Amino acid sequence: MGDLFAVVMLSGIYSLLSAALFLDLHAVDVAFTEASVGAGISTLLFLATLKLVPRYDKKSRYKPTLATGALLIYGTLDMPHFGKADAPVHEHVAPRYLNESMEEIGVPNVVTSVLASYRGFDTLGETLVIFTAGIGVMSLLRISRQAKEESKSKTPADMQQQVILRVVAKMMIPLILIFALYVQFHGDYGPGGGFQAGVIFAAGIILYTMLFGLSTAQKIFNRKVLELFTAIGVFLYASVGFACLFMGGNFLDYSVLRHDPVHGQHLGILLVELGVGITVASVMMTIFFKFTWRTVKHKYNQ
Amino acid sequence: MYILTTLTLLVVMAFTLIRAFKGPTLYDRILAVNTFGTKTVLLIAVLNFLAGRQDFLDIAIVYALINFISVIGILRFFEYSTKKPLDEDL
Amino acid sequence: MIETLLDILSWILLLSGSFFCLTGALGLLRFPDFFTRTHATGITDTMGAGLILIGLMLQASNWIVFAKLIIITLFSFMAATTACHAMSKAAIKSGLKPQIKDHPGRDSEEQPSKL
Repeated sequence: MGDLFAVVMLSGIYSLLSAALFLDLHAVDVAFTEASVGAGISTLLFLATLKLVPRYDKKSRYKPTLATGALLIYGTLDMPHFGKADAPVHEHVAPRYLNESMEEIGVPNVVTSVLASYRGFDTLGETLVIFTAGIGVMSLLRISRQAKEESKSKTPADMQQQVILRVVAKMMIPLILIFALYVQFHGDYGPGGGFQAGVIFAAGIILYTMLFGLSTAQKIFNRKVLELFTAIGVFLYASVGFACLFMGGNFLDYSVLRHDPVHGQHLGILLVELGVGITVASVMMTIFFKFTWRTVKHKYNQ
Repeated sequence: MYILTTLTLLVVMAFTLIRAFKGPTLYDRILAVNTFGTKTVLLIAVLNFLAGRQDFLDIAIVYALINFISVIGILRFFEYSTKKPLDEDL
Repeated sequence: MIETLLDILSWILLLSGSFFCLTGALGLLRFPDFFTRTHATGITDTMGAGLILIGLMLQASNWIVFAKLIIITLFSFMAATTACHAMSKAAIKSGLKPQIKDHPGRDSEEQPSKL
């Protein structure tokens, strides 16, 4: 299949079907993240990339797909059957988390307690991965100062004609941003958490950018602000870990943050999820702005 | 009651997919995908009541947002890319 | 008593909402032209979604579920209609012409876009 646009659309539909599958298995948090990241932001970022590359892929002579697929399937034949009760993953760690989570941490959503507290170090690594991706994009797609001054005053003429879309978007974008904040802070009690909230926030701002022009969006979120917030999120996460060290516990052991271990866990999870949300939102916005700026620069230098 | 609605929505989604495969122009396919997304939102809301849980509704809201933003994104993409002269072999 | 009344009302609303969605999908399959299909889908989508969601609202057990369903309904109304408008506008701008019935002395052909 050579048409890259069709590939992007199909991967979006694939993410949606995976989200439906997770929903069927009652894994609500995972379905949430898959729907927002896979079907939403990935499609938008791929579309932003497709404006810069040719639409049709060159046909390659060698097709390694079948061989790789066959090897992968062969590799999974040895694993325990799907959902079997005596698989190793269900025997030692998972029952302990499920049984002790309510007493030790006191948060109804077990996914959040495992993600942010029991496996907090892994989540720090994930946040650093997103941060690194953001730094990579920032360093590869630099905006030179002189070119930035030139394109500051021009908005493409077709943006002004979208009156209906602009009015409707102006009504919806504040609600999208408030919903992102709801998902962020309600992650303890329902599906949600930092990753999903950051992605929804970024999607709202991307909608604004698409309809009102990049220069208008950059007046609010200019480059320095976004760079600063990308770093602030990871810094917040790591400094919560170090604060736990200074107060006498292990790294990222939230029980020592307050007089009562359960309250300490609540505070730790809140701050950590906030850091994750800030970083994810800033990185997604940065990537989209950089790609769109490239497109705008392309258009005006032709 | 919920089961009947779910079955009807699944049939509707199947029709939409047929249109997505058949549609002669590109815009037919975009329309089909948009309708598929709207019906998915309804299906998640009905499944929420069928399964007796309450937290599927957050996913329905998110998917309604994502569907809308994706369709707008696709349309902007095609507006930008058809600024080139139309005799280019796409 | 109130429970059975709410149940009957929900049944009626859910069934009529499903009926609208079904007719919209049939229109999507059988109409001849892109613009007619947009018309069919846009109208029946909004109506069917509204009826189904109002039918679900009557079954809500606490006010949070009710509020979330109201948010989904409002958002669905605005988003479906606006997306329909945006698609038609983009299709016209890229050269897709609606199919006009044959008239003596009138040029009538549907010119598909090159996409």
